[in-house]
Amino acid sequence: MAVATEEQILAGIAEIIDEIVGVDKAEVTPDKNFIDDLDIDSLSMVEIAVSAQDQFGVEIPDDELRNLKTVQDVINFVQKLQS
Amino acid sequence: MSTSKTTVVVTGFGATTPLGGDLPSTWSALLAGKSGIRPLPWDDVENLPVRFAATLAVDPSEVMPKQLLRKLDRNQSIALIAAREAWTSAGFAKPVTRRSRKEESPAGVDGGFVVDGERLGVVVSSGIGGLHTALDSYDVYKEKGWSRVSPFTVPMLMPNGASGHVGIEFGAMAGSHALVSACASSGEAVGYAVDMIRAGRADVIICGGTESCIHPLQMASFGSMRAMSTRNDEPERASRPYDKNRDGFVLGEGAAVMILESEEHARARGAQVHGIVAGCGYSGDAYDIVLPDPTGAGQAKAMRRALADADLAPEEIVHINAHATSTPAGDVAELASIKAGLGEEAARKVIITATKSMTGHLLGGAGALESIFTILALRDGIVPPVANLDDIDDEVDLDIARGEPRKLPDGPAAALNNSFGFGGHNVSVAFRRAL
Repeated sequence: MAVATEEQILAGIAEIIDEIVGVDKAEVTPDKNFIDDLDIDSLSMVEIAVSAQDQFGVEIPDDELRNLKTVQDVINFVQKLQS
Repeated sequence: MSTSKTTVVVTGFGATTPLGGDLPSTWSALLAGKSGIRPLPWDDVENLPVRFAATLAVDPSEVMPKQLLRKLDRNQSIALIAAREAWTSAGFAKPVTRRSRKEESPAGVDGGFVVDGERLGVVVSSGIGGLHTALDSYDVYKEKGWSRVSPFTVPMLMPNGASGHVGIEFGAMAGSHALVSACASSGEAVGYAVDMIRAGRADVIICGGTESCIHPLQMASFGSMRAMSTRNDEPERASRPYDKNRDGFVLGEGAAVMILESEEHARARGAQVHGIVAGCGYSGDAYDIVLPDPTGAGQAKAMRRALADADLAPEEIVHINAHATSTPAGDVAELASIKAGLGEEAARKVIITATKSMTGHLLGGAGALESIFTILALRDGIVPPVANLDDIDDEVDLDIARGEPRKLPDGPAAALNNSFGFGGHNVSVAFRRAL
């Protein structure tokens, strides 16, 4: 898959979060913490990670998943692996 | 059993059943003698011995967002739907909990009574648990591997999942429980809830049962036991307790939840009281894993113990919602147990109904749903008749409601609801009319 821009990654994450937990896409901004701000539970985070791996064609190891606390963390992680 | 006899009252109910998406529509369909039993729309249905069931009148997807449904087994989503209706009907405020759902606004009444979460308990049973989840997840595993199995699989398949979700939604911290005893599960849930209130562990209990396991495997496995009706050409007439031509039970799905409160708590907040849960009796057959003890001794014991726990004389019982599942042996055996439990003379004065003729058999949901029907019958003074009772069995020698709804006498009155489960679990719950 072609390398995605930051905006594309953000839009993709927002799409996945809306699909899985029903948080409005407009609320998904880079500074948001998944647990504290978006109220996403730990098992839904696993589902979101699996969907993100499919969408962006990257592997997110379990140890890495624990460090991805904000939307920006995911954007950075995907960009790093795609470059 | 606690020695204290705190009076426990019913102040709210909710249900989603094969007859309706809520309790009022279910009750009016029941009084009208409607059937909730329909053909199964499955592609491979021709391979099954039984091709119909009592499926829900309103699918959960019509009333719940998909984001919530994806982490709930069907038995859990319908338990929440019934619990929300019960909570609102009791006049409680929207709960403020540590984990209020983002998916939608919670159930409750603006300006309603604020329940203290420390004094709020949950007892919601399922006999089978998340069968759909277990089997569907195994298919995903086989086709796509372990990493594609939903991380919600375990909480979705565990039989206490519904109880857990209801407790989270309403912030119940006095205790959250799920009694499992097959088709007696939610009868036992009512008894356990009464014990919690009598023991002073809680003032308010969200209490009920749920089941949803209408899956080809269940049709095959109950079919292989020869337990289900095979009246495939007339599904709506298949559940016919006490009829000469009954040939087995009809599998149903649904959830039923009531709000139980100590009388003191209910009166202090000025709640409407629909009825009194007077007591509960249990017994174990210790006979066979699926067959009831043919002497009926165990069932009779459960009824006698319910009367004793409720301080009721057999003569005070005016109505029984029988377990009666439409099996050739079970229905008449229960009538013999009723005579043994109440004594012949008292038993002959009781108006008996078998509402599974219309709802099908909700297994772990049956005890709670039929407890609600029993309370409504006492409250409104009306007993729904048994459907499809065209040709009454010669062995039936008690008063079965048939044809039109039957009127109950005014004034003080009491009733029983029987539930019996595979494993030899017998439970009888006694109710008094609130005056």
